[in-house]
Amino acid sequence: MVQMTMIEAIASAMDNAMAADEKVIVFGEDVGFFGGVFRCTAGLQKKYGSNRCFDTPISELGIVGAAIGMAAYGLKPCIEIQFADYMYPAYDQLVSESARLRYRSAGQFTCPMVVRMPTGGGIFGGQTHSQSPEALFTHVAGLKTVVPSNPRDAKGLLIAAIEDPDPVIFLEPKRLYNGPFDGHHTRAVTPWKKHALGEVDDGYFTLPLGRAKIHKEGSAVTILAYGTMVHVAEATLVETGIEGEIIDLRTLSPLDLDTIAQSVEKTGRCVVVHEATLTCGFGAELAALVQEHCFYHLEKPVMRVTGWDTPYPHAQEWDYFPGPKRLGRALIETMEV
Amino acid sequence: MSDNCENKHLELHIPEPEWRPGDTPDFSNVVIPKAGSVLRPPVDVDAQDIRDLAYTIIRVLDKNGNAVGDWGGLLGDEELIAGLRHMMTLRSYDARMQLAQRQGKTSFYMQHLGEEAISCAFGKALNKGDMNFPTYRQAGLLIADDYPLVDMMCQTFSNTGDPLKGRQMPVFYSARDHGFFSISGNLATQYIQAVGWAMASAISHDTKIAAAWVGDGATAENDFHAALVFASTYRAPVVLNVVNNQWAISTFQGVALGESGTFAARGHGFGIPSLRVDGNDYLAVYAVAKWAVERARANLGPTLVEYVTYRAGGHSTSDDPAAYRPKSESEQWPLGDPVLRLKNHLITKGAWSEERHEQAEAEILEIIMTAQKQAESLGTLNGDKIPSAHNIFEDVYARMPAHLRRQRQQCGV
Repeated sequence: MVQMTMIEAIASAMDNAMAADEKVIVFGEDVGFFGGVFRCTAGLQKKYGSNRCFDTPISELGIVGAAIGMAAYGLKPCIEIQFADYMYPAYDQLVSESARLRYRSAGQFTCPMVVRMPTGGGIFGGQTHSQSPEALFTHVAGLKTVVPSNPRDAKGLLIAAIEDPDPVIFLEPKRLYNGPFDGHHTRAVTPWKKHALGEVDDGYFTLPLGRAKIHKEGSAVTILAYGTMVHVAEATLVETGIEGEIIDLRTLSPLDLDTIAQSVEKTGRCVVVHEATLTCGFGAELAALVQEHCFYHLEKPVMRVTGWDTPYPHAQEWDYFPGPKRLGRALIETMEV
Repeated sequence: MSDNCENKHLELHIPEPEWRPGDTPDFSNVVIPKAGSVLRPPVDVDAQDIRDLAYTIIRVLDKNGNAVGDWGGLLGDEELIAGLRHMMTLRSYDARMQLAQRQGKTSFYMQHLGEEAISCAFGKALNKGDMNFPTYRQAGLLIADDYPLVDMMCQTFSNTGDPLKGRQMPVFYSARDHGFFSISGNLATQYIQAVGWAMASAISHDTKIAAAWVGDGATAENDFHAALVFASTYRAPVVLNVVNNQWAISTFQGVALGESGTFAARGHGFGIPSLRVDGNDYLAVYAVAKWAVERARANLGPTLVEYVTYRAGGHSTSDDPAAYRPKSESEQWPLGDPVLRLKNHLITKGAWSEERHEQAEAEILEIIMTAQKQAESLGTLNGDKIPSAHNIFEDVYARMPAHLRRQRQQCGV
């Protein structure tokens, strides 16, 4: 075991995957010599050569479109979109092409690729470096969507995503790169180097896609969270003294409905939390599934705590970000008899 | 500010085709370079030195049916007769499928009328293992590679024999073993994918190359430009084909092109060697394709090729060209009919005759009718022999996730 930041864990995942399979290649804007603006690909070009890790022109459409062709050829591209906010020019390639290639060709052509992108807010990134577009991917048949919340999961899930025979969107909560940010922006964050979840196996290992993890056990209420919100939920429970259970979804699609349903059947209460905007967000899908599958166990309506239905603001970041205060209010309301 | 700018209002330029229904098309002002007049450069030529090839038209067959100039002479009589038969097969197949659509046996069809030479000849320039990323008007690639007609028909009819299990609209074939990538309906998306495929071949130190296909209208899509950027940056082993058939449904090519330069000349800004060829001249198409393929294979990078042709039929069975262009435009088109031109060439050479042509036509029709009978025995879209509904849920992922298993159950299949 080695103490790693989430950045190092992600780099280690690609390092191990590239060492294990020469079909794995890495490319994107600034990922080669420089090692990526967040350093997630540091050292890969030096170790594996520019034939397998290289810089691209600034064209997200081009990066994803070329990766689809490479995957169809038989390589396993693991590509980086510098910020999830820059993904939109490539959206047609992701939705109409990568997600449907296996289906429309009846399995003649497939698209085993991973599209990594930093997601979420908390870094004063304004509207173009803070978005959480996960629902735009979970709505697409044929894509898988993963959001890790800590270094260990990030590494195991990323290697599993690279092994996966279908296209996987891998969203990296950028506010978690260096430590488990809990929403208290005025407090120092404990770095991953001093955190139990920063202890990561140095070698090759996978965590299965499609399985949630009970981040913290509890019986009073179920909090469905992923990414940064897992740590916001943890802080909120400490501060409110509520014995809640936190489910870290880890993979949004395919979703681990069994783990969710078991927890809600136990607690009878459920709060969903995410950074993305409310309307038609992934929380809407979770709330619908919980009422459909756990209706007779519910004591209270399922509540959602999310970003507001506005663009992500700059100066007012902490009024936008769904931190422990907002989540705490929702939990207290949900706990009322 | 000078005074003469005062009171001058700006005006937007909207390109318009020269002729609309009711007009008499007159192509006499269109300069068609003489067959054989364009020299064939070595494949390792610098793109700078052949800029003129993007503004001319490379032609081999002259109006008397002779093959002239140094782009000719690559194919023997037997190969040319085979090429003629491929084009005739494609035309005959199209006619039968067009009719089948009118009879309600399928929902939709797209024919190649006037454009047969391009895909039929290009297909012969590739090797086994190379990959085309075609649009919906390159089925000649399949025919020239002896893909079974019955399978094409089963796809078109979406019947129980459909290799794509009823999931794709008619003519959106996919045939990996025949170097034919699955066709998308979103235009130009596959242009950049072809470049990626070619890059993968180079990364893997393979010998295979890719061919990208797009129409004149869809060159306006971002994907086309991203493809040119990536192809030139990484010198990908890819042939970038633009089929300029003059019409994007009802929109003439000047709307995508902006009435200046040529589609081939789009390659110049990227330093990509770019050629313009007579798309209705089987020999010229083959020669230019061969040249571009050779360049890619020799690791010399991409080539952009514009095929100048004319879409003699409608865009699809849902389209009526009489609503936006003169009916006689296709007859007036100065580059003639590709089947007739190759036929005349072979007759001029003494390798073919009217009798043999008629005989071949009858043989081909017989082959197609037999195939159609066989395909129809497996069903048509308006019958009850269509692929089972359980195919809706398969191949979305390699392994079916739980939510799709639940939905399949709800669907009752």
